[in-house]
Amino acid sequence: MDKRSRIVVAFAALLLILVFFFPIWKISLQAPQYPEGLGLHIWINQVTGENYHNLESINGLNHYIGMKKITPDSIPELKIMPTIIIFMILFGLFASFKGSKKLVVVWILLFVILAVAGLVDFYMWEYNYGHDLNPNAPIKIPGMSYQPPLLGSEKLLNITATSIPYIGTWIIGITIMLALGALYLNSEKNKLKA
Amino acid sequence: MKKFLNKKMLIAFAGLLTGAFIYIGCQETKEIAGTGDAAQKVYVAPGTYDEVYEFMSGGFSGQLSVYGIPSGRLFKVIPVFSQDPEKAYGYSEESKAMLNTSFGFIPWDDAHHPELSMTDGVPDGRWIFINSNNTPRIARIDLKKFETDEIIEIPNSAGNHGSPFTTENSEYVVASTRFSVPIPQKDVSISTYKENFSGTISFVKVDSKTGKMNIAFQISVPGLDYDLAHAGKGPSRDWAFFTCYNSEQAHTLLEINASRNDKDFVAAVNWKLAEKYVAEGKAKKVNTLYYRNYIDEKTGIANSEKNTSVMILDPKDCPGMIYYLPTPKSPHGVDVDPTGEYIVANGKLSTVIPVHSYSKMITAINEKQFDGDFDGIPILKYESVIAGEVKNPGLGPLHTEFDGKGYAYTTAFISSEIVKWKLGTWEVVDRIPTYYSPGHLSIPGGDSKKPYGKYLIALNKITKDRYLPTGPELCQSAQLIDISGDKMKLLLDFPTIGEPHYAQGIAASLVMPNTTKIYRIEDNQHPYAVKKEKDTRVERKGNDVHVYMTSMRSHFSPDNIEGIKVGDNVYFHVTNLEQDWDTPHGFAIQGARTSELLLMPGQTRTMVWHPQSIGVYPFYCTDFCSALHQEMQGYVRVSPKNSDIKLSFGTGK
Repeated sequence: MDKRSRIVVAFAALLLILVFFFPIWKISLQAPQYPEGLGLHIWINQVTGENYHNLESINGLNHYIGMKKITPDSIPELKIMPTIIIFMILFGLFASFKGSKKLVVVWILLFVILAVAGLVDFYMWEYNYGHDLNPNAPIKIPGMSYQPPLLGSEKLLNITATSIPYIGTWIIGITIMLALGALYLNSEKNKLKA
Repeated sequence: MKKFLNKKMLIAFAGLLTGAFIYIGCQETKEIAGTGDAAQKVYVAPGTYDEVYEFMSGGFSGQLSVYGIPSGRLFKVIPVFSQDPEKAYGYSEESKAMLNTSFGFIPWDDAHHPELSMTDGVPDGRWIFINSNNTPRIARIDLKKFETDEIIEIPNSAGNHGSPFTTENSEYVVASTRFSVPIPQKDVSISTYKENFSGTISFVKVDSKTGKMNIAFQISVPGLDYDLAHAGKGPSRDWAFFTCYNSEQAHTLLEINASRNDKDFVAAVNWKLAEKYVAEGKAKKVNTLYYRNYIDEKTGIANSEKNTSVMILDPKDCPGMIYYLPTPKSPHGVDVDPTGEYIVANGKLSTVIPVHSYSKMITAINEKQFDGDFDGIPILKYESVIAGEVKNPGLGPLHTEFDGKGYAYTTAFISSEIVKWKLGTWEVVDRIPTYYSPGHLSIPGGDSKKPYGKYLIALNKITKDRYLPTGPELCQSAQLIDISGDKMKLLLDFPTIGEPHYAQGIAASLVMPNTTKIYRIEDNQHPYAVKKEKDTRVERKGNDVHVYMTSMRSHFSPDNIEGIKVGDNVYFHVTNLEQDWDTPHGFAIQGARTSELLLMPGQTRTMVWHPQSIGVYPFYCTDFCSALHQEMQGYVRVSPKNSDIKLSFGTGK
């Protein structure tokens, strides 16, 4: 790979550091009694309320329908994900150092696999939260489950839940685009040379 | 004959018709007031906000009410000087100390004048002060929480009426004695008024950061009735002005005996100079007793602090500190215009409104244009200080506020009207009837350097036929008047709580963004707070049982308690674990001889319960908190005194 493409790959890898500083997903809840809104931020290593005490408030609301408490400490993925991101940063830097086109391709494929795995995992968690309800919950509606949408909006009782990828995921997207761009730049240069 | 009769009858009939027409015409005029585009001007659409917060004194209710202008909607009654079982103010263990005085715990007072804190002569929206008249005190209400944070007692005083007007940067709030008394108190014949009675003017220092109040000094003044006050501003910022009546020094049938003299006084006090005299050691330390009660910010608990001395200045030792300005006749309100030059004294029994000039006053002082003295206090010559007199101002002028556009507005109590007049020319330019008998009036910012000259609120003492009747006791009222144009226009009537003496308004934009929404649970340092349900418990110490309880939608923890005995003192320390805005919980238990508790999110409050007989008693949440509010309940089992049932508690988990 040419120098310029290698710099782009290195830059793309380093850009991933930002993923530690921004949530990767956001679930926001809208209800008449919450005109100011409630929200959850999912980070690679934690789950927090969008605003002060939102997580506790959401847990408080969820206990009426018997949903399990969201306790970030009990979610193993939050412990694994930082390692995966560090690995991906190092992998990208290594690919850049080696100037290997193949390694960059592998890197991008890894991203795709991780993204799919991540979404599947996220879906499973949501399914679990939405369906594994305490039978002693005060509010029980036959046939009703409370799985939030993977992407987009859904009305669950009085609450409209909206789930969207957030800054961290956008950054990962940019990283992938940059990696693809580097491959393209490299092939353009090769064409010129040829 | 027949024809003549007919003619006569015809004339009579025509006369009757005309009379009826005039009568209907008059009726129509009365009806027209308040219609037209008035409805549009006061309509605040559902879900939108008022322009102005209006803080109205609750008068003999002892409280302070918060209204929205222009809608006239009541938002909150802030308990200040009276117990309020709704909010457990003065009932909960945390708030009882707020009502401590040197006379003991006092459950009621008569609140008069709300006064917003100021920065550079303009309300800044940090605090509002209000005085109590009966047991002299000044309260400071925090405008983030809309709660009373501090109450300071004024010693050596009786009838704290001329209070708590603030100086330009709220360096001080003032207090003056409406009722002169022997100072210090002593057992003397009332007929020795002239020899033994005196008044005081107090300057209460306000800490510019925390708002904490302390009595910096008092000025001992001759025994008159010091009625109302206002501090100067701009050029007159170093001065404060106090009206006084009863220069006759009567002590009986004042309505006759204190109405004899053609002129009483406005006392002008140079507080900057007084400060200097105190610094120079001219003040005498006098032993006395007064309380300062304040809320500890971290615990939310009211503490009482006893103070045992105060510094008193004697005008005889302090030349140039105080002068009397002769003022007709039994003046009530004294109001300083936005420029700080004109001092308007509203002589209740005067046929004119005298307006004193600050600059003329300074010249008169410098040129020693005195007209004798009163008990050693120099009296300035009336001609030397008067700027002008407003002729035909209505009967019984009481109070004046300003619109910042060169006009002044004065209430006339006896003639039931508001009179608009021009500063400088002193001519009356407009008048509007009020229903009925206005005392104070309020233009938001109307006593500041920058009045918000759009609305005027007349505060009426009498309503008679204005509202649906409610038996012998009728509401008092406010009337909203549009003063944006040349002619005043009546927009709205609305009832008030208690008697609305004075009121002050401030743009909502200065207060609303700072509002406290919750108390952060992690900042709660109440000694009996529990921050997690798993830490809730019940502890016995002899006959005292402490219940460390939490409330959370929709249960208490613990909700079953056994092992309580007849004769125990059961302290329920309830912490509201909620951290969402507008999620209060309440707490009440059967047979408690006190009020409910009302808990804001993150707050801990305590109630003492004395179970008197055996049985099982329910407690429950009193503030509809959630869909399962009705389920938010629990039981306490009370056993005989000698019972060996062990203390147990829990939620059955």
